[in-house]
Amino acid sequence: MRAMAEKVRVGAGAGYAGDRWEPAAELAEKGEIDYLVFECLAERTIARESLARVNDPLAGYNPLLSERMNAVLPVCLGNGVRVITNMGAANPVEAGRRTYQIARELGFPEARIAVVLGDDVLETLKSMPHLRFTETGTPLEDVLPRVASANAYLGADSILSALRTGAEVIVTGRVADPSLFLAPTLYHLGQSYDDYSSIAAGTVAGHLLECAGQVTGGYFADPGCKDVEGLARLGFPYADISRDGVIEVGKVDGAGGRIDEQTCSEQLLYEMQDPSHYVTPDCVLDVTTVHFEETAIDRVRIVGAKAKERTDTYKVSVGYHDGFLGIGEISYAGINAVRRARLAGEIVKERLNLRGITYDELRVDLIGIESLHGHVMFGEEDPYEVRLRVAGRSPQKKTAEAVGLEVDTLYTNGPAGGAGTSQSVRELLAVQSVLLPRNLVKVSVHIECGTH
Amino acid sequence: MRVYDLAHARAGDKGNSVNICVVAYTKREYEHLTLYLTNKVVLAKFSQIADGPVTRYLLPKLNALNFVIENTFGGGVTTNMSIDVHGKSFSSLLLTIELPGISNESL
Repeated sequence: MRAMAEKVRVGAGAGYAGDRWEPAAELAEKGEIDYLVFECLAERTIARESLARVNDPLAGYNPLLSERMNAVLPVCLGNGVRVITNMGAANPVEAGRRTYQIARELGFPEARIAVVLGDDVLETLKSMPHLRFTETGTPLEDVLPRVASANAYLGADSILSALRTGAEVIVTGRVADPSLFLAPTLYHLGQSYDDYSSIAAGTVAGHLLECAGQVTGGYFADPGCKDVEGLARLGFPYADISRDGVIEVGKVDGAGGRIDEQTCSEQLLYEMQDPSHYVTPDCVLDVTTVHFEETAIDRVRIVGAKAKERTDTYKVSVGYHDGFLGIGEISYAGINAVRRARLAGEIVKERLNLRGITYDELRVDLIGIESLHGHVMFGEEDPYEVRLRVAGRSPQKKTAEAVGLEVDTLYTNGPAGGAGTSQSVRELLAVQSVLLPRNLVKVSVHIECGTH
Repeated sequence: MRVYDLAHARAGDKGNSVNICVVAYTKREYEHLTLYLTNKVVLAKFSQIADGPVTRYLLPKLNALNFVIENTFGGGVTTNMSIDVHGKSFSSLLLTIELPGISNESL
């Protein structure tokens, strides 16, 4: 049996699907980390990737997987830094194969990639149409004909199984974000999945790290009020977690950004509802007792998180087709620009009406005036320039396309001085949640090691 | 005096609700916010983009308040057609809220 460590250092290599990868390479090279975690799955990412997989059975995992693995595997496989990621998205097996292929090309034919399976519960849900969405209370069966994906948020136990296989890289589909960090913490420190004080520390550390740069000064800067140096070379965070549950968050010396009580406070409460009752697959976390202490420049100590027993269900995110969104935009500038833009919006609405085209929802916004929060009292003067945006939603793609086409005709048929049109159509995916009893979810681990 | 002068904020979404954490710069400013930045005041500011209700959670150890605003954009779960699908810019609206001055009453 190996000796249990007193401390583990876990680094965050990505905070979302499209994140930068140089900071991950920097952490791998200079961060003296034990584990590198890439969190790449927002709520809708799997639904989107499952569409990609329908078109190409070899697709459906994170499109930047190759870039990330090529950037960090030479150092990680060379130095014994284990990599954990949910980049498998809607196709973890193919992501595992591709990762093995990259490892072999980089000169590590002995590498083993563990793939965690079991989050995809679509077949199970098809036989449970009576389940109700937690958001709207409507039954699942209403959307079953349009469903694209259904994935349970697995917990740290799924990754613990994969770590025990000895694999250097672990690829998963849907796993709760903090669980990606909790698993290596428990594993490295030899702590039990029933030890809730350890689970509290690993979960709060994971929650602080899961958005990577958002705790090191990303999504924080407000020039002259809250300044952050070096955002173009923002460093990603690591957490040192000790056996007694003390956490310290830091970053590589010389990397851009800042870590202090302010950045940690914003991130601690990010996407949190009741701070005394944050439900993950591993526990129910209470952060109201958390305390921060700046122990050095860009280094914060975190203590005091508490955890209660995990619930007996998994949250399942169900993605379904919800029609098409068509968007058209055009800009106006100078004297009377706002009135010309409003007139343009009225013309588009009247045109669509004259042509007998109707939408589930049609929305007209003046960007620069009232597109984000409605009309807010904030100064008197009109802006120098304004951009009209018209958006329409319809089950039919052609109907959605008509929005952009009508906005485009404003060039020669609309108010004076219209400029810079753009138009787009995209398929909409809606996401809602159901709760599924734990015993209906079967997790398994599959190994890719070049034997086939 | 604006909330901006007393605190910083970050918004995140979950389903059709948005949470905004408001972190006061000092304990004194936190106390002021707990007195004046009520659910009612927040909902009034968001009336054009959310139906509510608004729930407020207090975190005295962090000098922070967490607001959960439900039924944003009329309750469209994840298909809302706004530019800001996730309501991530909502923190900026909250920071514009005007409050009574902090002069003497909470010293």
